[in-house]
This record gives sequence, structure tokens and C-alpha cells, in this order.
Amino acid sequence: MHLAPQLMHIPDGFLSIVISILCWAITAGILAIAVSRTNKSLGERQAPLMGVMAAFIFAAQMINFPVAGGTSGHLLGGALAAITLGPWAGMLVMTAVIAVQGLLLQDGGLLAMGANILNMGLMTSVVGYGLYRSALGKSQSTKLTMAGVAAWLSVMTGALTTSLQLWLSGTARLDVVVPAMLGVHAVIGFGEALITVAALTFIFRTRPDLLGESSESARGSRGWIVAGVLIALAVVLLSPLASTDPDGLNRVATDLGFINNAQSGSGPLAGYTVPFLTNASLAKIAAGIIGASVVLILAFISGRFLQKRSRTENPNSTVRNRQSQIADRKS
Amino acid sequence: MHSDAFDRYHHGHSAVHNLDPRVKVLVTIAYIVSNALLPDGAWIAFVLAYAFLLIANLLSGLGLGFTLRRSFVALPFALIAITVLFSIPGDPIAEFKFLMWNFVVTDAGFLRFVSIVIRSWLSVQMAILLVSATEFPKIIHALNHLRVPTIITVIISFLYRYLFVLADEVMRMLRARQARSAATAGIRSGGSLIWRAQIAGHMAGQLFLRSYERSDRIYNAMLSRGYKGELMTIHPHHFHKSDLMIGAFSILLFLFLQIAGRL
Repeated sequence: MHLAPQLMHIPDGFLSIVISILCWAITAGILAIAVSRTNKSLGERQAPLMGVMAAFIFAAQMINFPVAGGTSGHLLGGALAAITLGPWAGMLVMTAVIAVQGLLLQDGGLLAMGANILNMGLMTSVVGYGLYRSALGKSQSTKLTMAGVAAWLSVMTGALTTSLQLWLSGTARLDVVVPAMLGVHAVIGFGEALITVAALTFIFRTRPDLLGESSESARGSRGWIVAGVLIALAVVLLSPLASTDPDGLNRVATDLGFINNAQSGSGPLAGYTVPFLTNASLAKIAAGIIGASVVLILAFISGRFLQKRSRTENPNSTVRNRQSQIADRKS
Repeated sequence: MHSDAFDRYHHGHSAVHNLDPRVKVLVTIAYIVSNALLPDGAWIAFVLAYAFLLIANLLSGLGLGFTLRRSFVALPFALIAITVLFSIPGDPIAEFKFLMWNFVVTDAGFLRFVSIVIRSWLSVQMAILLVSATEFPKIIHALNHLRVPTIITVIISFLYRYLFVLADEVMRMLRARQARSAATAGIRSGGSLIWRAQIAGHMAGQLFLRSYERSDRIYNAMLSRGYKGELMTIHPHHFHKSDLMIGAFSILLFLFLQIAGRL
């Protein structure tokens, strides 16, 4: 038996249609930005690089190590991909991995793929890269420690968002699913952290240029630190709240219109009992998409703003561009 | 040892195999969406949806029970949904004690649990049929036609192309590790847990570098053959009238399912 993060691959049927579409909307929005960003930074070279690196993540998930009693741990790879390739490229790589796992191996559903990409690809990249980026310019051991923390928290973030989606879909009880998922993934995340740190140690030793100050992995803007730390904080604060005081979260979900019967302490039957052609359900889907777009636009604008600031703060950026041009000419 | 174990395609010339990949992808997605929209306990609609699946199975020439046999991958996930058995208010139908807790299964909870498992189980079978009767590159090509950004489909094609190469590489590395891990019966060996995880991590790092350098070589080779940033195909999709008919018929059927599920 593999101690795999398989519990994060949500199959079809476990998420309500509203949550599935909402997650797809958020995922598609973030991926659209990622596509335009990597297009700018990598150009036509991006296809072979990211394609082979996606195959690398897929294959690296096969490397396991025996834990105890016949179980084994292995890599999820979101944090490692974002740290080594940069956050946007890491997102695209993880998206391809999750898409192939869902399409080819039925490891995760198609309608639920938006949620799966969000949990295992996008969240892990933001948290993994954001925390690692905060240690940039520090000593190597600080970087490695931070990478370990980032890897662990990235798995926990994915586990928490998975639990929340299941709860909002009315598939699981909040006060059961959150402690169960986080408990299992605290152990899985530990393995993830160990492997990520060891892999980075190896790369630092053999190809330090790939993780150096002018590499793709150091190019992300400061905004990533803010996003990563904020999400990590939310995970740390929300997890105990969800397991000990589910009523509070239920009330929030009721106010937001996700849950109809807060008293039962369970998820919504909404979206299932209402025929899908009625106005209420359509309005809910539309509201969800509008809400997601507003959040996206805000995130995008603040990202632009932060990037501009970090560019003006950083006099080395022109030197960096020269270096990358030279590197491009060489290849 | 070759790891072509990932490929699910079964060669054939059936009606399902010959259907336009775009239609197949769209019908599969519509089927899954339709399942998700069906209300709990829509037994007639569930049975009709399964009948559609069985007919598709039959038409694909893969055998009536083909997808059923491979459909158990999603079942472990049902564990997650087990809490709905106890959490939805309704008339109690069963009660049992476990440690200090007293669990009461309600009829509404049971209905919901069974419905979730059925939905998931139908959906996964349709997805299995899609990849079993369609070559994977054709699915990717279809996704491209369905407005998935080119860069994502190109990354997926590369992933699919080099997945087997790198999986072989991993298997070689795993075999090398095994060959160097001598153990005597009865004596504990293999170092601490952290040490073992480190070895796995070093292997991942090694694989990363090999992949990174390989991608460089591939890019140079592609440039030398005139690569301009997109992949070309010599298998254009031909859309026939019959494809349109089958697609439209399936979608109409799913609409009918929605009505049948709400009667």
C-alpha cells in the first residue's frame, strides 16, 4: 500500500456542480495568467522544458521510500516544481501532471479536475514558492529549512482546501473531514518535506546555478511572499477552527449562500434538490463565477502593483536580463 | 522493463473508436455533468445512465463489463463520504456503537451516500471508456480544438511523450537502489526513516537534473528541425455528419435523463 496523497485526487461525483464549476472558474483564471506569464519569460522554449519537467514530476512520484509496516511515502511535487522552475511554470507543470492523471489513469475526475488542479497544483505552488521566496538571499541552510516548511505547508494547504470543497459540496462533515484529512497529510507532508529538501540539497550541490540568484526560481516578485504567507496563515488559523468550532464556519457558509441547513452541521443539499434550470441555482453559479472573477482581478492588480515595486527596488534586474539574453543565445 | 503500463488504449475499429475525438470528449463531459446534476435517489435516471454506458461499452467492442472491471479505482474515496451517513437529519435506520461514539445511520444520509457513490462510479466508467477507445494524442488534439490553451495541450503531449522515458529511468534507479541495499535476514537494515527519505530525495534531485538537461537537448534538436513554438499534426480531424448525429442524440438523452430524474 502506498501512503499516497491519493485522498487529494477527488473523483467525479463527490463535488456538487456549483463547487466544481466555481473551482474550475478560479483554476482557469489563474492558469490564464500563468500561460501569459510563462510565455513572456520562457518563450518558445517553454514547451519542451515544462513538458519534460511535468514528466519528471510524474516519474518522481514513483520514487518511494519504505516508511513502516509495508507503507511507503512518496512525493507530490507541487512545492518542488514551483521552487525549481518558478511559480507560474510550476503551476503549468502541475496542471499537466494532474490532467494526465485524471484523463489517462482516472486518478481524479474530469468535472472535479478544476478543484484537483486548484488543490494540488495552484495552492501548493503559491504556498511552496511564496515561503521559499521569503528566504531568498539568506544562507543555504535557511533556504533549505524554509523549503521543508514550505513543502509541508503546501501539502496541508491542499488537504484543507480539499476538505473544505467536500464539506461545501455536502459530501463530508466538516468536524470529521478536516481533522482526518489534515491528520493523514501531516504525515504525508513530512515525507514530502524530507524528499523536497533532499532533492534541493542535491541540486544545490551539483547545479547551484539552477537555484542561484539569477535563476528562474529567484525571479518571482515579492507578491508571492505575501500570497504564500497569507494562505499559510489562513491554513494554520482555519484548521483548528474547522475541527473545534464547525458551527462558526457553517454560519459563514450559510451567509455566503452555500449551505441551507446550518443546524444539521452538514453540507448543503442545495444545487441537488433544486432543478438546475431554476433561477436560484443558476443565480448561485453566476454569483460564484462573478465572485471568483472579482477575487482574481484583485489578486492580479495587487500582483502587478507589487511586481512594479519590486522591479524599481531591484537595480540588478537589468543585469539579470542581460544574463538571460546571453543564456538564450547560447542555447 | 518498460513502463507502458500507463497506456489505457485498446486498439480497435468499432463505432466508438471511429467517432470524432471531439464528440467523444464532449459527450463524456456532458455525461459526467449530467450525473452531477441528478438529484439524490433518482434511481430511474441512474439506471438509464448505466444503460447508456453499457450500450457504449457494447458498441466499443471492448465487452459489456469492460469498464466495470476497471472502475474500482475511485471506490477508496467513498470513505470520505461515509460521514454523510450520520450527519444528515432523518429517520434512523441503523445504530451501532464504536468506541465511545454512538453512530445513527439515517435514511436521508444513506440515500445521499449511495447516490454519491453511484454518481462517481458511473462517471469514472465513462472516463475509462473514453481513454480505452481513443488514442491519448487524439484526446489532446481534441482538447486543443475545444479551446484549451495550446501551451497546456503541448505540455501535456510532451508529458505523455517523455513519461515513458522518465518512468523507465526511475525504474532503473529503483533497481539500482535495490541492488545496493543488501540485507541479512533477522537484522534490521536500511538506516533510519530520515536517511531513507533522504536517499529518495537525492534520487528525485538526480532525476530532476537528468530531465532538465534532457529538455535542453530536446529543445536544441527541435530547433534544428525547424520548431517554431507549436506542434503540427498530419492527422487532421474530419467531422462527419454521423458524429454530429451521435453527439446531438447523446446530449438529448442526457436532457431526458434530467427530466426522468426529477419525476
